Amino acid sequence: MMLIPCPHCGPRAQSEFIYERTVDSVVPLDAPSQEAMTKLFTRNNPRGVDDEIWRHTYGCRAWMILTRHRVTNEISGCRAIGPEALP
Amino acid sequence: MITFSFDGKAYTAQEGDTLAAALLRNGIGLVGRSFKYHRPRGIMTAGVEEPNALVTVGEGGRAEPNTRATDVFVYDGLVARSQNRWPNLSFDVGSVLGLAAPALSAGFYYKTFFGSAKKWMFYEYFIRKAAGLGNAPTQADPDRFSHRAAFCDVLVVGAGPAGLQAALDAAEAGKRVILVEQDNILGASLIRDPQELDAAWIEATAARIRGAGGRILTRTTASGYWEHDLVTLTQRLSEPGQTPANGVAQRLWHVRAGQVILANGSIERPMAFAHNDRPGVMLSQALRSYVRRFGVVPGKRLVIATNNDDAYKTAQALKDAGAQIVAILDARPAPAGANSGHRVYNDAVPLSTKGARHCLKSVSALVDGKTMEWDADLLAVSGGFTPVVHLHMQAGGTLDWNEDAQAFIPASSRQNVTTIGGAADPQPIFKMVPVSSPNKSFIDFQNDVTLADVDLAWAEGYRSVEHLKRYTTLGMATDQGKLSNMAALGRLAEKQGVAIPEAGLTTFRPPYTPVTMGLIAGAGAKDAGAHVRRLALYDLHAAKNPIWQPLGYWFRPRAYPINGESLAQAALREAKAVRNNVGMTDVSTLAKFEVSGPDAAAFLEIICATTVSQLAVGRGRYTFMLREDGFVFDDGTVWRLDENRYLLTSSTGGADRMATHISYVRQYLCPHLRVSAVNVQEHYAGIAIAGPTAKAVLATLIGEEPPRHMSTVPAVIAGIPVIILAASYSGERAFEIYITASDAATVWAACEGQVMKVGGALYGLEAMEFLRIEKGHLVVGGEVDGRMTPHDLALDKMLNKAGGYIGASGLARPALSEAGRRQLVGLEALEGDIPEGSMLIPSEGASPQGHVSAAAFRIIEGGSVALGQLVDGFSRHGEILIASSPTRGQKARVRVVAPHFYDSAGERYRD
Repeated sequence: MMLIPCPHCGPRAQSEFIYERTVDSVVPLDAPSQEAMTKLFTRNNPRGVDDEIWRHTYGCRAWMILTRHRVTNEISGCRAIGPEALP
Repeated sequence: MITFSFDGKAYTAQEGDTLAAALLRNGIGLVGRSFKYHRPRGIMTAGVEEPNALVTVGEGGRAEPNTRATDVFVYDGLVARSQNRWPNLSFDVGSVLGLAAPALSAGFYYKTFFGSAKKWMFYEYFIRKAAGLGNAPTQADPDRFSHRAAFCDVLVVGAGPAGLQAALDAAEAGKRVILVEQDNILGASLIRDPQELDAAWIEATAARIRGAGGRILTRTTASGYWEHDLVTLTQRLSEPGQTPANGVAQRLWHVRAGQVILANGSIERPMAFAHNDRPGVMLSQALRSYVRRFGVVPGKRLVIATNNDDAYKTAQALKDAGAQIVAILDARPAPAGANSGHRVYNDAVPLSTKGARHCLKSVSALVDGKTMEWDADLLAVSGGFTPVVHLHMQAGGTLDWNEDAQAFIPASSRQNVTTIGGAADPQPIFKMVPVSSPNKSFIDFQNDVTLADVDLAWAEGYRSVEHLKRYTTLGMATDQGKLSNMAALGRLAEKQGVAIPEAGLTTFRPPYTPVTMGLIAGAGAKDAGAHVRRLALYDLHAAKNPIWQPLGYWFRPRAYPINGESLAQAALREAKAVRNNVGMTDVSTLAKFEVSGPDAAAFLEIICATTVSQLAVGRGRYTFMLREDGFVFDDGTVWRLDENRYLLTSSTGGADRMATHISYVRQYLCPHLRVSAVNVQEHYAGIAIAGPTAKAVLATLIGEEPPRHMSTVPAVIAGIPVIILAASYSGERAFEIYITASDAATVWAACEGQVMKVGGALYGLEAMEFLRIEKGHLVVGGEVDGRMTPHDLALDKMLNKAGGYIGASGLARPALSEAGRRQLVGLEALEGDIPEGSMLIPSEGASPQGHVSAAAFRIIEGGSVALGQLVDGFSRHGEILIASSPTRGQKARVRVVAPHFYDSAGERYRD
């Protein structure tokens, strides 16, 4: 079980979080059909670092982007997203 | 004095004995029968790696099958039984299989039972009877299992000399330390070899660790190494089969460590030669443990076979205990062992053993090219040492090959873990090659795999170690190949003509030793498998003693039987009350979201596939939501409470999923919208009042004209402010009343009083199901099963023509509107009852063309009706099909009709 550095709560056990999807597979609201299906069904599965969307559901409930190595699980970053994190 | 029983016979044991030690103390050499050939087996080791001496310990729900006799400490009253034998251990019919051993070679099952499923089902019965280990208990385990989380700076695994010293150093440096030891006493190798550091040193060191604040857990196994230095520990608070002192049998620790130090030591390897599995053949260090730790000398005439120096310590221990050292067979050339004072044969490799069921009689070996034989009742073997690298590998580590020790040792790791002690620096051995016949030269004792099986797998083309493992089942028993993997690798490398490190390794997976399922479940077992949410009106329902039904995380009344009614009778009475008069029910569990802000309508038109913005203030509508791929995943209603304030409801079961979805869309996809979407599911309790007299009942309650169908007004009931939504699931004129949960009981009581006054009834989920099926309303999880598009459910006319909602682009895929898709239909029985969940077939033996998703009956007129999904169902109204459930032996002929059996024009909603 990973230890995830929530940007709001600090390091917490993975069991407090849910995984949503990779940033790559987010379907933009205005995506045409072909692009939307590609995002959903023909996703990358890199053997290396990837950006993933997680939510601290059983904690602060905030969403975040976790930068994780998919083989070693090394976490190199975790940043807050959502309206509060808008520039 | 401690008494215990084995196979029904009483014996005595000494304080501190393992079951294995106690059995040997009582002269019991035959302890079990092997898995495949039912060969007689004895005790081979003194630790968790034991492959042979597997017994069932305890009785009833506490029985633990496949317990290693070396890993259970005897307590007064312990009951142990041998396994895999019939009618008894000494005379086992299954051992006849051993005579036909070649028939059961590697891949036997694959080759023999390759054929029709029917054939396999016939054989399977006999195979299941013959093969196997202990039986799982059929009664519930009466004990509890607990979980505990812990944090430390340094976790030390293994309390041998290296582990004790490391824990002491860390603790005295001010670190928070946890030291775990799977044995029930500390010391590990020092227990069998106390010459250098004795019990007094162990005791003093432990006292200093505790004095510096360290925590020492014995009888605790580090069973898994997970991500980011999380280690799970399984702690035995009572022995297998024993009644725990405070009700808790075992504890699972989740330890997040700053640093992990592994001092796991190593496991001695057996040697491969014919009949090396006979009772009386033991590992050298294990034999030394029995003599030195337990004072048990399980033989009088000892032969030792070794390729290293360590076994000479065993010779000394046995000599000190009065046994005769007949011969030491040393694989190394002279002068190895020359000064030991024992009769040493150099260049000696064991060939075979002879003996009876219960004991060993002689040992033969090839000595410098000549065959020799010795009478002996005990054979100690030492084929080298395998460092315990399991946790290191689970942590994602790599291994180095140590040529002197012919062993893999831990190298680097991506986690914060170090290995110290014997596991990092195993003793040097002499590399030897088996010379004996590969038949009956066992390498995996627990799964009965011989060198001949490895040779056969090779001959049949299995080259990779992963294939070899699966084909022969080597290393796949409950000991996970602790004794066998290196022997198999050695043989494979020899065949491949490469060095062992090039032959490859199989994966080390947790747990290190078997973990009982109850421990994994922990406090979440039994009734606590899922958390329970409590209705705001729970007490009011409970006072009426309803039949409860789980729904999502809640329990809701399924029906309120009176005067001894059955569920069906009560539900029918309740449904009739709704059709003829009025009924009321608790709908508090529906998902509810309050969406407000200038962009509220725009946000809802992203979530919902219908229009929302055209709603006038005070009006509501039915709506549904799509997944991104265009399939319907939930439905509900949306109400405009105010200019910029909406209430969205959706299904109970999908509530958490919808909450996550709404949050994702709000926070990730639409962070710029000026909108707030708040989950108010449990803020509001909900009461539905439905029936032809519902309007009159509500008018009395609120003192004004109730809103027309699909309208909403704020109102006051019994002095409490409420929101009234005029919506109907039952098909009758109906209202949903939402109240702050803390005030719900007052409003419920007022409503109930009025409903009862006019002769109405409370109704539960069962009646609600009858009502909605007859009306043809959908349920998420039933008709809406994740495979249906709005077209398939005849909802497409409601789709927002402007698009822009989630799922619009997925739904645009041409295949989703082609012919051949399953579509929602109604079904009427021509006779009998339509079985729920049955398949729809045009004739007997034909392929299914759909299924029945929900079945009920016409509430007033009677007669079975159902909703279902049928290929091209919209154009097949009038066809006769068979609704068949072969598993239940039920079927009915049905006519395909429109999915509305009651008031299809919706006239009963109108005033």
